[in-house]
Amino acid sequence: MSFKNAFMNGEQGLFKPASLTPMQKLILRFVVIGLIYYGFAVIEGMIMRIYQIEPIKAISDFQYFTLLTAHPLVGIIGSTYSLVFGAFLFLVPFLMKKPLWSFKLGNWTFLLVTIGTLTFWLAGFISHYAPLYTLYWPLPADFSQFNPVGGSIFIIGIALVMVGTVFFVINIFKTIAYTPEGWEKQPGGALLASAIGYSGLRNLFRKKKEQVKHLVSLPVAAIARGTVDTALNAGVLLFTGVLILVYMIAHLLGGDLKDTAIDALLYKNWFWWGLDLIADGLVLIFVAGTWYLLATMITGKKLFMQNIARAALLVELVVSWTVWSHHLLSDQAQPGFLKIISGEMVTAFELITQGLAFYITLATLWSARPLKMSNELKFLLGGLLGFALAVPAGIMQADIGLNRILHNTQWIIGPHVHVAILIGLTMTLYSAVYILFPIVTNGAKLYSQKLANFHFWAHLIGGIGMGAFMGMAGLEGMLRRTIYLNGEFNLYMILAGICGALLLLAFLAFFYNIVMSLGLKGVIGIFTPSKLNVKDLVPSEQK
Amino acid sequence: MVDSQVVLNGQTIAYTCYAIAIILVMGWFGYKITRSGKSSKISHALFYSFTGFLVVLGVSLHIVTYNTIPWAPMDINRDDIKPDKVFNITVEDHQFILPSEKLIINVGDKALFDVTSNDLTYGFGLFRNDNSMLFQMQVVPGHRNDILWQFNKSGVYTIRSTEYSGPKGAQMILKDVVEVTAK
Repeated sequence: MSFKNAFMNGEQGLFKPASLTPMQKLILRFVVIGLIYYGFAVIEGMIMRIYQIEPIKAISDFQYFTLLTAHPLVGIIGSTYSLVFGAFLFLVPFLMKKPLWSFKLGNWTFLLVTIGTLTFWLAGFISHYAPLYTLYWPLPADFSQFNPVGGSIFIIGIALVMVGTVFFVINIFKTIAYTPEGWEKQPGGALLASAIGYSGLRNLFRKKKEQVKHLVSLPVAAIARGTVDTALNAGVLLFTGVLILVYMIAHLLGGDLKDTAIDALLYKNWFWWGLDLIADGLVLIFVAGTWYLLATMITGKKLFMQNIARAALLVELVVSWTVWSHHLLSDQAQPGFLKIISGEMVTAFELITQGLAFYITLATLWSARPLKMSNELKFLLGGLLGFALAVPAGIMQADIGLNRILHNTQWIIGPHVHVAILIGLTMTLYSAVYILFPIVTNGAKLYSQKLANFHFWAHLIGGIGMGAFMGMAGLEGMLRRTIYLNGEFNLYMILAGICGALLLLAFLAFFYNIVMSLGLKGVIGIFTPSKLNVKDLVPSEQK
Repeated sequence: MVDSQVVLNGQTIAYTCYAIAIILVMGWFGYKITRSGKSSKISHALFYSFTGFLVVLGVSLHIVTYNTIPWAPMDINRDDIKPDKVFNITVEDHQFILPSEKLIINVGDKALFDVTSNDLTYGFGLFRNDNSMLFQMQVVPGHRNDILWQFNKSGVYTIRSTEYSGPKGAQMILKDVVEVTAK
């Protein structure tokens, strides 16, 4: 097949957008936008990697910190939220064998996440609003450094995403509980109780013959529990956004409010409590649930120690509500009991819960050997390795003694954050993309296996290498969130830059492979309306 | 008190060994699952042993560090320890305001740095000449931010903000302003 033909019509012309249901189109839209925003984040990351080696003259300090503010937000909210929301809006009805509760609401989630991300990205880019994602009070309301108009638009962009997130939460829980038209009445309350783990918890205190059955599958339970944290997080970010917006509007109207009215430490606790529901809550729970789903789909076998896995997900949910204080171990006014109990002890539970998920997934794969080293399997193994590297790194820094010499260094952001997100989370998501690709495209074929192999190795080596070199710089004192003007850590930054370039090449190879698989006409076709029934997940002849 | 560089060296060795080991284990696992094996059955005893290992590891890490890293108990109990020197430092408008041009400390002294912010959230860290970090803390407005540190070696240190306080705060550096000298 000629290059031109493949580029226009996709590999062997197998992808037919007209055959897609509205739900298939919706998930593919989420994927396309998620990958575009991932591209934004990778390019921003690469610019900052170069800046850390030698500040670029064409980019001012303010622009650099704007990039530093936008980079994690576009990466997590624009890209990961899009990929995760799209996948779960498809998977929950797919696994429960019933239609999504509201296709319209799903569409609104897509639009709000897409538009909201573009809004805050543009607002930051144009106005240089750069308080970082941490927004430590009163920095987001410091109008001697930041333009309140740009800041207001930035906050409105974040708020739009959070409203879309709330719609996602409603849609997920409604889909679990509702009774589709023509169906026998579903036990909505019991389904929700099973999904969030309440009935499983009660089983622990019942005699064996009185125990109730799990009404939802384990992956659905994982999605539901992660969605609880998603809802709480959206509430915290919305509230914080409104608070900042009040200060901005007051300033624009000429009546500055006292920033001392807000206690900076209380605010920091509140904000990290909410923010950690992403990092230590929904990410770990969603990832564990996705590992379980992928392991069972790849092997065709039941999950090893399924009941323990369910219990661990519930423990993780409670842990995620009580770990935030590990971000405040260097805050001297933070009460000591919070540092020790929340910051150290509860945080250590993440080693246990994530360790169990790791072991259960590996044991399930082992029980089905020999397995073919498919794309989904190799990326799943990469994802498992990412968390095996990043979680212990996080546990080490969540220690009162070690945090004193690690906090805000490149160690935190390298071996912990970037390895967790790029290797652990992103490779797990890539595994899901590879396994769902034929299902949501009605059998489209991947353009090049060689490119998929290159994508795997370049991403794995680039991500681990970049995290490692950042970590080495961090152990030698290099801070995050600052600029070094005299090449103090150049050796490590050049090596991290080379690894960053490998990550960029990996993404370009993957993106090219997907575009060539679907074809330009196919990609455009994803964004045209489907004439099929919105209640169908896949075309009726495939059921 | 043991130097923080010694603790960092220990951590570097421990984590590097772990990282290499887990990468090798995953490589071995990836190879083995593509091959037929004698048995695919997983022992439940192995699973519970692994769980027990994680519990012991998670709990013991902090107990070990608390008993081996000297500044950890000193930090928790600093209100009960009398410092040899106290330095009251103010931060305002992205500037550190020191009580004197140089902060002079004798070797062996416990020095308390009490840092107050009058506007934003900052950081306060001491750095060696090779840019490596001796220690740091956060400086939160409206709250007491104090750190007690015992200096057992002579040397010259630079103060640097370790927290982002907007683009204006990127170069909050006071070079060589802390001097630790033999008595």
